[in-house]
Amino acid sequence: MSGRLATLRGLGVTYGAGPAALSDIDLAIAAGERLAVIGESGSGKSTLALALAGLLPDNVRMMGSIAWEGEVKPVPGRDIGFVFQDAGASLNPVLQVGEQVAEVAQRHLGLNWREAYAYARDLLTQVQIPAPDTVLNAYAHQLSGGQRQRVAIAAAIAARPRLLIADEPTSALDTIVQSEIVALLERLVREAGMTLVFISHDIALVSGFAERIAVLHQARLVEAGLTADVLRSPREAYTARLITSHIGLDTPRLVGAPA
Amino acid sequence: MTALLRTTGLSKTFSSGGRRVTALDDVSLTLEAGETLGLVGPSGSGKSTLARVLLRLTEPDAGRIDFAGTDFTALRGEALRRIRRRIQMVFQDPLAAFNPRATVADALGDPLRVHGLAGRRERPAEVARLLGRVGLAQDLAARPIHEISGGQRQRVAIARALATGPELIVLDEAVSALDVTVRGQILDLLVSLQRQDGIAYVFISHDLAVVRAVSHRIAVMDQGRIVEQGPVQSVVENPQSATARALVAAVPRLMRQVGEDRD
Amino acid sequence: MSLLRRLSRSPEGLAGLILLGLLVLAALLAPVLFPDDPLSIAGPALLRPFADPAFPLGTDRLGRDVLAGLFHGARASLAVGLAAAAVALVAGAIVGTLAGFAGGLVDETLMRVVDAFQTVPGFLLALAFVSVTGASLPVVIFAIALGAWTGPARLARAEVLSIRERDYVAAARVIGMRPLEIALREVLPNALPPVLALSAVIVANAVLIESALSFLGLGDPNIVTWGSMIAEGRNVLRTAPFLSIVPGLGLVATVLGVYLLAEGLSDALARRKSRA
Repeated sequence: MSGRLATLRGLGVTYGAGPAALSDIDLAIAAGERLAVIGESGSGKSTLALALAGLLPDNVRMMGSIAWEGEVKPVPGRDIGFVFQDAGASLNPVLQVGEQVAEVAQRHLGLNWREAYAYARDLLTQVQIPAPDTVLNAYAHQLSGGQRQRVAIAAAIAARPRLLIADEPTSALDTIVQSEIVALLERLVREAGMTLVFISHDIALVSGFAERIAVLHQARLVEAGLTADVLRSPREAYTARLITSHIGLDTPRLVGAPA
Repeated sequence: MTALLRTTGLSKTFSSGGRRVTALDDVSLTLEAGETLGLVGPSGSGKSTLARVLLRLTEPDAGRIDFAGTDFTALRGEALRRIRRRIQMVFQDPLAAFNPRATVADALGDPLRVHGLAGRRERPAEVARLLGRVGLAQDLAARPIHEISGGQRQRVAIARALATGPELIVLDEAVSALDVTVRGQILDLLVSLQRQDGIAYVFISHDLAVVRAVSHRIAVMDQGRIVEQGPVQSVVENPQSATARALVAAVPRLMRQVGEDRD
Repeated sequence: MSLLRRLSRSPEGLAGLILLGLLVLAALLAPVLFPDDPLSIAGPALLRPFADPAFPLGTDRLGRDVLAGLFHGARASLAVGLAAAAVALVAGAIVGTLAGFAGGLVDETLMRVVDAFQTVPGFLLALAFVSVTGASLPVVIFAIALGAWTGPARLARAEVLSIRERDYVAAARVIGMRPLEIALREVLPNALPPVLALSAVIVANAVLIESALSFLGLGDPNIVTWGSMIAEGRNVLRTAPFLSIVPGLGLVATVLGVYLLAEGLSDALARRKSRA
């Protein structure tokens, strides 16, 4: 599916009196694509995610523009789903998780509570939570980190948004759960034709499913292109450094045989 | 030759809110002087509990730890404090590991002061020497910890662990919170210090690839038990336990073509 | 001091600082500006404010200078307020820290004692104590502290419990620091700032309780306080309301200043943490 979802032109964001968090970002997001935004701490990657989702606080200075397809500004929750890094913090600790997922459907899809709960149960099955009926009535602290993130994903896709933004959704999870969550996200966006913007610091992790990679470094967009191109022939030295910093199972070890 | 560290049958159960959680179940390991034992496992496998038990931050319910031939678990008070010179720890979050009000010099001065390694007058010189060993500039000494970068902070944490000249350092997810471009430098530093001083490491991480890069031997944990252990290459190339196989499969691979290498 | 600088950056903190600064100045300058005993008769009775330049705020039923009373009353109220808050803070912090560190039976016992004191309203406790022991300045201070120490105790305990679990305390144990060293070097300096932020509110409460005690005739009878002035003015409230209103405004200014300062303090502390 071709067609532009959003175009960022000269986007800049500054919080209060400090240095710019984002500076002069030009980026086009195609509808239905899987785009990975890679950066280290201080690169501005989270700010970019929040800016796209319309979640920036009121007292930021924004320059440049985000133009959406069809000129209609998307409604957060309905047109854009957001998955945060810390699922524990994005879920309300005093509400049952089923209610939190159902609320999205009730509010944005106009379902009544009974329909919304049934829908929520389906969603929990879709995100591969075993025993969804039990989990509907559970509280966030009763679930493991991976399960919490699955619930957060369910809530994010409940209103069938066009765009799903995931801000380091697996950085707080161990590698085994991480690979499961990444596979889940990839499957969900493929099946629903959603656009995925996946923020991460791990270029190898995203190389398995992202079609395009955008690299941020100190508030600037350093490089953007097809995954294969960026990984095989990075144009910028910083991108090359990110790639060589990856430690895999075939990277030469730093220690030899035991003494 | 007796192993530097030997644990036998360590067990630890926590009861919280009426539920009992087995954090460690009959854990037995050995570590030779100057070598690195990598400890991997999914979250909840007990790695951090084992780290805390090894450092006597938590007491095990059963089992014993022998360090350099002494029954470490039986030590108390002054005897325990004296041995602490020889076993140190580096934590995951470099910011949380320091007193929020401390400067670099304060943090490095603590172990020197506690063990009488340098009087007030010799301390600045010793702090400078430690900073040099971890590749930091001398003028960092006066800076508050919260003002320096994450990578610099972790170097200070390593310098603090080195201050007493330990034989063993436990590193609990010590590079997990660092940027990838910084991570490699810290790993290089650790390996180089090991070569210079013959320090043994227990390197804990949930990232198998990082553990493989710096360890000689690996122990794989799951739900409080050691499910597999052995030389790094054999465990990684030929994993026997389900956990080890899952960990190997979960290591992100650089796919230079989308869809390539899909197992 | 950087704390003062950060404090002055918030409008509330600055306003509070200025207001309290003026009050403290008034208290300190009282014996200089009004060297005569404020309880002595200075002029004609029930003079209206602004009528006579020698008595800018008028005089009371016995002819005592209201302005002098205001300034000297500031001394008493602020002195009692600060002293009572200091006693409450020190006692509360010690008990709370002890409970937080000791845990187990000691913690349980101390917290039940705190509960017992908290179930009685602070003012009634002070009232009962002063009635039984007799009214004098030290007694009033102690009576007020009796009700006020429980807040700092709970807060100190909560901070200690939270800080004990932090990595840097674990790091201190791994290094081999002795428990007392850890308590004094690592835990207390980080546990106390929130407790100190509470102090502003405690001072405000103490000032109010002191005024109430004086109003009821249970304060120290030998000094002028705003409470005793309000009590005096009660008898002629319909004909000369200014006698009660003026010291009342003094109370309002003090409490307002203290609350503004507390807001500014917590802002300044939060800003420091968020920079880290």
